[in-house]
Amino acid sequence: MNSGAMPQEPAEGWAVRRARRGLWALAGERLLEGLIYLCGISAIVFVLGIFFFVFREAFPVLGKENFSLTQFLFSEQWYPTSATNKRYGVLAMIAGTLSVTALAMVLAVPFGLGAAIYISEFCGSRVKETLKIVIELLAAIPSVVWGFVGLTVMSRLIVQYTGAPVGVNILNGGIILALMSVPIIVSIGEDALKAVPDQYREAGIALGATRWQLVWRVLLPAAKTGLLAAVLLGVGRAVGETMAVLMATGHAVHIPHSLLDSVRTLTANIAAELGEAPEGSDHYRVLFLTGVLLFTLTFIVNLTADFIVRGIRKK
Amino acid sequence: MAEPPCIEIRDLRLAYGPKEVLRGISLDVLPNEIFGVIGPAQSGKTSLLRCLNRTIDFVPTARVQGTIRVDGDEVRRTKDVFALRRKIGMVAPLPVGLPLSIYDNVAFAPRCAGLTRKADLEAMVEQCLRQAALWEEVKDRLDSLGTRLSGGQQQRLTIARALSHQPEILCLDEFSIAIDPVTTMRIEEVLKELRAHMTIILVTNLTQQARRLADRTLFLWNGEIVELDRTDVIFSEQPANRKTYEYVNGIFG
Repeated sequence: MNSGAMPQEPAEGWAVRRARRGLWALAGERLLEGLIYLCGISAIVFVLGIFFFVFREAFPVLGKENFSLTQFLFSEQWYPTSATNKRYGVLAMIAGTLSVTALAMVLAVPFGLGAAIYISEFCGSRVKETLKIVIELLAAIPSVVWGFVGLTVMSRLIVQYTGAPVGVNILNGGIILALMSVPIIVSIGEDALKAVPDQYREAGIALGATRWQLVWRVLLPAAKTGLLAAVLLGVGRAVGETMAVLMATGHAVHIPHSLLDSVRTLTANIAAELGEAPEGSDHYRVLFLTGVLLFTLTFIVNLTADFIVRGIRKK
Repeated sequence: MAEPPCIEIRDLRLAYGPKEVLRGISLDVLPNEIFGVIGPAQSGKTSLLRCLNRTIDFVPTARVQGTIRVDGDEVRRTKDVFALRRKIGMVAPLPVGLPLSIYDNVAFAPRCAGLTRKADLEAMVEQCLRQAALWEEVKDRLDSLGTRLSGGQQQRLTIARALSHQPEILCLDEFSIAIDPVTTMRIEEVLKELRAHMTIILVTNLTQQARRLADRTLFLWNGEIVELDRTDVIFSEQPANRKTYEYVNGIFG
């Protein structure tokens, strides 16, 4: 407004009294900043710490002449307590973990995402509340209970309907793991869909989209990163789950050839044998090395997902 | 008034819970006119539009009474609400670029309606983007994200999108809020051309915009019609209602 170049002096009698913050307020702010920083850093510290301690227990075995890393990764011979010829090959267990996880995901992802879409977009508010409570309940069931269900109910059903000699196998473990991952996928997926702004829905609707077209063409593309996160957390749960698969998969070290074969997973192997391996023995250290391997597996899964998400964002 | 009205509204009442937003609106919108709607905030302009394409259905507390007819078809009892919405193009005040590519944004409605031939879609997209005065700026990057465009470009993208289902009625809700005056003028020129093909409802806070474009202007205040007349009457020295004069001349509101 003022076209002149002169800056205006404050008018006479217009005392400038800006509020000043006290020293304590500043110190408090610094302190809070420090605390927040610590919280942020601690996550990294813990992860590195866990990795360090697990690796420290595993490391000495790498140098031993009766142990070879290639044998560890590529042999299916797992005879850790043999008196004459100890062999530590975990290939069969890698195959076990991967097969059970893969089956669980094949079952859980479509179901989980479908349920998330239904809850978020299609059902009425009362059904929605009920379903959400039930799903939270499902997520809260302890894994040993799932294992028990696998061992008794599911195993019997499998024997009855497939004619398999034993009911504890990949199919059983996969179904149990799927049941365990579905609640996670549903609740995180539902959050992801809920986070899509309503404006998108309204814009799509105003353009004449039906509900299904809206879901397919607008909501899924808009929520894809969140949905991917949901799926990944489900995978994480499936890979890391121990007790339920220990009870439901039959615990046989064996590369599977069909869904009805029993397998042993990496996690179940650690849980079952760590208590019996003398501390400091090769067996003990190899089990820790298995832990490192699991760590690496999940890391790879997460990293891949990260790249996928970034790839999606870039476009 | 030989021609039948394109939109017929009779005693339309709308309430959000206990709060009345529209208190008995009756009006006709004629085919191929530009129908201006002015009025201060909270006067019910946007709600009026939302009743038209029934997006009001998604507000759980909303209660609608009265009748609205589009082409003689009763909106609130229509059998095919999706077909109704395709008849009406809607442009929101703030651009909502769907998180899709520019091309997919414009091709969205035709695809929903079942148009799948690639050549048809491409022609349609180009035509709509040209009509919205956006084609020259985006023709080389149709597959980049629509949400990456600037505010003004996004608004023109939403206009292109609203045109993509070849609506009979185009509703613009304060379309120029987020865009610069030059672009606004370009779009206004576009609207003048479009009126040959469709009816345009222009809700605006810029009274001068209504004055420039509208054939007839409705002054809405507090959910009631204060005055509806030819635009030159509304903006004359002697509109029928004193309030109208005061509002358009910035004395109140």
